[in-house]
Amino acid sequence: MKQQELEKSKEYKYGFTTDIESIRAPKGLNENVIKFISNIKKEPKWMLNWRLKAFNRLKNLKEPNWQKPKYPKINYQDLYYYSAPKSAVNKPKNLNEVDPKLIETYKKLGIPLQEQKRLSGIAVDAVFDSVSVATTFKDELTKKGIIFCPISEAILKHPELVKKYLGSVIPITDHYFATLNSAVFTDGSFVYIPEGVRCPMELSTYFRINASETGQFERTLIIADKGSYVSYLEGCTAPMRDENQLHAANVELVALDDAEIKYSTVQNWYPGDKDGKGGIYNFVTKRGACRGKNSKISWTQVETGSAITWKYPSCILQGDNSIGEFYSIAITNNHQKADTGTKMIHLGKNTKSKIISKGISAGFADNTYRGLVRIGSKANNARNYTQCDSLLMGNKCGAHTIPYIENKNSSANIEHEATTSKISDEQLFYCNQRGLNQEEAVSLIVNGFCKEVLQQLPMEFAVEAQKLVGISLEGSVG
Amino acid sequence: MLSINNLSASIDGKKILKDFSLKIKPGEVHAIMGPNGSGKSTLANVLSGKKGYEIDGEVFYEGKDLLKIPIEERAQKGIFLAFQYPIEIPGVNTNNFLKTSLNTIRKFKGLKELDSLDFLNLVKEKSKNLKIEEKILSRQLNVGFSGGEKKKNEILQMSILEPKLAILDETDSGLDIDALRIVSEGVNSLKNEKRSFLIITHYQRLLDYIKPDFVHVLVNGKIVKTGCSDLAQELEKDGYEGVTAAR
Repeated sequence: MKQQELEKSKEYKYGFTTDIESIRAPKGLNENVIKFISNIKKEPKWMLNWRLKAFNRLKNLKEPNWQKPKYPKINYQDLYYYSAPKSAVNKPKNLNEVDPKLIETYKKLGIPLQEQKRLSGIAVDAVFDSVSVATTFKDELTKKGIIFCPISEAILKHPELVKKYLGSVIPITDHYFATLNSAVFTDGSFVYIPEGVRCPMELSTYFRINASETGQFERTLIIADKGSYVSYLEGCTAPMRDENQLHAANVELVALDDAEIKYSTVQNWYPGDKDGKGGIYNFVTKRGACRGKNSKISWTQVETGSAITWKYPSCILQGDNSIGEFYSIAITNNHQKADTGTKMIHLGKNTKSKIISKGISAGFADNTYRGLVRIGSKANNARNYTQCDSLLMGNKCGAHTIPYIENKNSSANIEHEATTSKISDEQLFYCNQRGLNQEEAVSLIVNGFCKEVLQQLPMEFAVEAQKLVGISLEGSVG
Repeated sequence: MLSINNLSASIDGKKILKDFSLKIKPGEVHAIMGPNGSGKSTLANVLSGKKGYEIDGEVFYEGKDLLKIPIEERAQKGIFLAFQYPIEIPGVNTNNFLKTSLNTIRKFKGLKELDSLDFLNLVKEKSKNLKIEEKILSRQLNVGFSGGEKKKNEILQMSILEPKLAILDETDSGLDIDALRIVSEGVNSLKNEKRSFLIITHYQRLLDYIKPDFVHVLVNGKIVKTGCSDLAQELEKDGYEGVTAAR
């Protein structure tokens, strides 16, 4: 490798490309492309109709533009909407049939898929560009009645569940990117936890964008039936490319009576280079419905990658006594931008929500927390606690906190706290004087700042996330 | 161990240390006394490597050009600064900070890193000597600590990191009599034939507890008088002006 490439790969170690033959849909966005996607996935007619309905709706929608980070106009006709490794199109029946190149790719990413080397206690669904290439521990989960499979498989094998819940939290009419996703989504994970079952392991999906000029439109649907529990984690990486790539996912969660879903994200899409060239546009719609009484949905996100992160994992608290939580770390360095936060919609009685947001901004980056707390007129005794902390490094970055509060019920109790601080030279000097170098010092201080959120992550990922937090800020202090 | 030759240091164009020279041999305890603004803290900062000073002259530490060594490496090589105003770092657990620091330094020395259990045993023992309540060590570093707790925490760190050259920058300020005694005992227990101390203070009272081998009087960035520990008593009696006028 040339020196320059070496330097680059140190900055973002997941930036490699897998050289693999793929099948693509023709470039552009039109009915034929949607039919192509539906056809290659052997989807039933109802699914195609659903997609086309979304596509028709899309024609009348405009991209939203109220967000803080602006971006050049995306030419939707100049993208590929489907790209899959040739070997994965006819779904391999077991791991022995999976292309060794794909296995190798995931191994390089730290996600071993082979039987003997699997991460213990974690079932993985590996999504490569537009298709799921492997799902581990399927049999063990099946014994408990848990369904964990690619959504394309669920459409074929569990149509009754998909029909009932797909689009029930994020309607196909929702907004531009959500509607776009509904029309062209390719793969993602499907999870169903039956009544009273506590999922015995972490479920995890690992998203990888490989192909160039390709958008990734994944769709995830998780249903926790009455009294069940599941903890789910997604991870994401992409090669380093000079172009900006679009990732517009939809994630829907449904928690019925007494059920709990814990959804964690460690997002490390390619952030672009030091000068802000390239990187992923991460425009994602994530929403959970606490549909049943006493249900709980907890979002935890560690957002370190992407050129632009634009997402608001939200909770609709319909069931009485339901609880929504949002724990977030958003780190932006160099020219990265983030506009992220949550929406907590209180509809049921005695509903509670908690928002802990930690934004860290370095270099020339810009970091916005934007959040909505809405208390409906029937949501008696609703409670919300919001805490937004921003940490700045250097004097060329920005941090913004934009809370929206809409209250229609006088019995509500809403608290909002916000702080902004800076890593001071004195703090760094103190750490240096105790033997820590600049990067170790920053990592220690930032990890301390984010602790409340990191603690929410499943054990297996907390250590990784801590390291990632340190790495993302490397070179941010002179 | 430490040899400072004609050291000058300026900040924002203002010269604070002027042709300052001092030699410290292993095992020696040197006290630097001087009025406000005489350059005492600047000396501590320059030796430990704080940025922002324009520096002239030379400093050798164990035969090496100290001024060329990065801050963290100076610390790893055994220079410890007990801060006049210990810094608060919110969110960072005191024990965790101390463990990270100790293990970084141990790694540098080629020693095995301590696991959590061994570390906690070590901290337990050391904090008992300094009468530090263990529960403050699980709090955020220096956040909400009283003045005395902060200073004791510095000495605790010193006793755990076992430096070769300890610089104490006005460790006595803000301490009550009891705390002063405990801190001094902590320092005394660390004295040995290899470890050197540079104790910076305004007042003689600290030197009642920690007997220095040499006392230097610093005025306007220069040592104007050097003596044995009796000089501290003299200073207390006659003040800086009296002592410097009589030279």
